[in-house]
Amino acid sequence: MIQSKKSIDELKEISKNTRRLILETLAEAKSGHPGGSLSAVELLVALYYVVMRHDPKNPQWLGRDRFILSKGHAAPLLYSVLAQQGYFPIDQLKTLRKINSMLQGHPDTKKTPGVEMCAGSEGVGLSVAIGEALAGKMDKKDYRLYVMMGDGEMEEGQIWEAAMCASKYRLDNITAIVDRNGIQQDGLTEQIMPIEPLSAKWKAFNWNVIEVDGYDFEQILRAFEKAKQIRNKPTVIIAHTTKGKGVEFMEWSPEYHGKVPDKKTVESIVKQLK
Amino acid sequence: MLSVDEMGHILEKPKMSSMRDAYGETLARLGEEIKELVVVGADTTGSIKTSIFGEKFPERFFNVGIAEQNLVSVAAGLAMAGKVAFASTYAVFAPGKCVDQMRNAIAYPEVNMKLVASHAGISVGPDGASHQELEDLATMRAIPNMKVVVPSDPTSTARLVEILARTRGPFYMRIARPNCPIIYTPEQATKNINLGKVTVLREGSDASILACGLLVYEALLAAKKLASEDSLSVAVYDMHTIKPLDADAVVKTAKATGAVVTAEEHNIMGGLGGAVAEVLSERYPVMMRRVGTMDTFGESGEQAELMVKYGLTANNIANRVLELRGANQR
Ligand SMILES: Cc1ncc(C[n+]2csc(CCOP(=O)(O)OP(=O)(O)O)c2C)c(N)n1
Repeated sequence: MIQSKKSIDELKEISKNTRRLILETLAEAKSGHPGGSLSAVELLVALYYVVMRHDPKNPQWLGRDRFILSKGHAAPLLYSVLAQQGYFPIDQLKTLRKINSMLQGHPDTKKTPGVEMCAGSEGVGLSVAIGEALAGKMDKKDYRLYVMMGDGEMEEGQIWEAAMCASKYRLDNITAIVDRNGIQQDGLTEQIMPIEPLSAKWKAFNWNVIEVDGYDFEQILRAFEKAKQIRNKPTVIIAHTTKGKGVEFMEWSPEYHGKVPDKKTVESIVKQLK
Repeated sequence: MLSVDEMGHILEKPKMSSMRDAYGETLARLGEEIKELVVVGADTTGSIKTSIFGEKFPERFFNVGIAEQNLVSVAAGLAMAGKVAFASTYAVFAPGKCVDQMRNAIAYPEVNMKLVASHAGISVGPDGASHQELEDLATMRAIPNMKVVVPSDPTSTARLVEILARTRGPFYMRIARPNCPIIYTPEQATKNINLGKVTVLREGSDASILACGLLVYEALLAAKKLASEDSLSVAVYDMHTIKPLDADAVVKTAKATGAVVTAEEHNIMGGLGGAVAEVLSERYPVMMRRVGTMDTFGESGEQAELMVKYGLTANNIANRVLELRGANQR
């Protein structure tokens, strides 16, 4: 099933609602990772509402495009989008991180419909996507792989093992996305472990590289469309984003990588979301 | 042995603090005395508290980013060049992601490197199974030359970190994330916690509970309950050194009680329970029960809920003791 296309205004409205769900879900859970969930909202909304071919009623559909959240700690973002899409009831969001929940602290394929990979250990998702992309080519299927990684995640050696491998096999059915929000857990990425020049690195590994403003839907959608057209090369979209986007005191704050505001604070933040 | 009286008070209203604070503070203290001490981190230094050392000795502190294989290998290199190298991140990632490096670059050449991994076990809580390391004792124990230690509280953490820093060779130490009861005073820890020797917390004649990590406290509670409700005299040993295991002490208590229960925040396969079973099956077979996770992954939840759901409690340990005594009488 191909999702009906949305206007950019509608996508913006959905993004706002997604931010609200992320914050409320995290406040209820009392722990988790707000910063890297809020930074990538528009990218995921674009994927699930416009770019990807998928069917919430049939999560196991073999022809579906697959989204792998390699930075698994952004689970609240993935869950908020999947719930709005109808993969499971929105009510379930309240159970995040609680015992016996279908929504684990980090994504769990066996417990949650729509989740494509057990992630949480950074650095692994792109390699798994390569496997699925190779299988897709073997089976003459035209499904595509989308993989979201953190910029801190670029520090894992396995990312670059995968980068070499995907270009060796000319996997034009992979679109990787780097959420370039500039912050990891201990602090600023360029202080903990400089990863620049990032775009040149991916180019040197023979990838097609597109840089976008991670909050500009026109740029985001154009980039995904371009990636679909490129032949014989995987594409990486480096999305320039802001950790904690949308909540003033969380923006650019390493503290809110893994700290959750209480319910009262969230109630007042949610009213101010744009 | 610490007398039961000496221990009694801690079972009523224990003081709580965390092993990772003890770890970071001990490193910072040792850094003054041991000039060769260096510490390597992997983007989790704030959470594991090695940042305390980093602030004091920035020139001896390295953050390699989210790169665990690099983390332990860089520490290996530092050690090979004469440093006393500590490396730390969450247990699920190191040793989880770097068993090869721990084997070939560290244990095989017997490098003076210490991997201290935090957030081990199911007590990590809401992060869920992906972050709950339950296999590290098995993987690290099976590597030749690698010594493996598991402190049971913040004070024994401090004591064992000091022992690691002053003992040459490769070590793996695992600590837990949450605040936990303080079992030992610093003096008790210095006197009673020694590498390769069990620490006897209670002697007993009816059964032996051999525990490590957070389960030591649960074992003490279990023994107390069994004493008051079932009039059983149950030994409790803190098995902080998983390798080299104090085999003689294990055999001795098995001979004295004929019933051995192990307890650990780890898969029942390959950890403390496995190590004890190996020794007893060869030297003095007795019936055993192993308390641990039952070859299953954990899940998200609060620490206390998970400990109950996965059977890592004083109650479960006590029930296992009773079950074993029942089986022995049949
Ligand atoms: C292999 C691995 N090492 C360490 C961690 C602990 N950890 C969780 S999130 C995080 C920082 C992630 O930074 P980044 O990839 O930039 O994600 P974002 O800023 O988008 O949240 C770390 C170190 C992990 N999840 N996986």
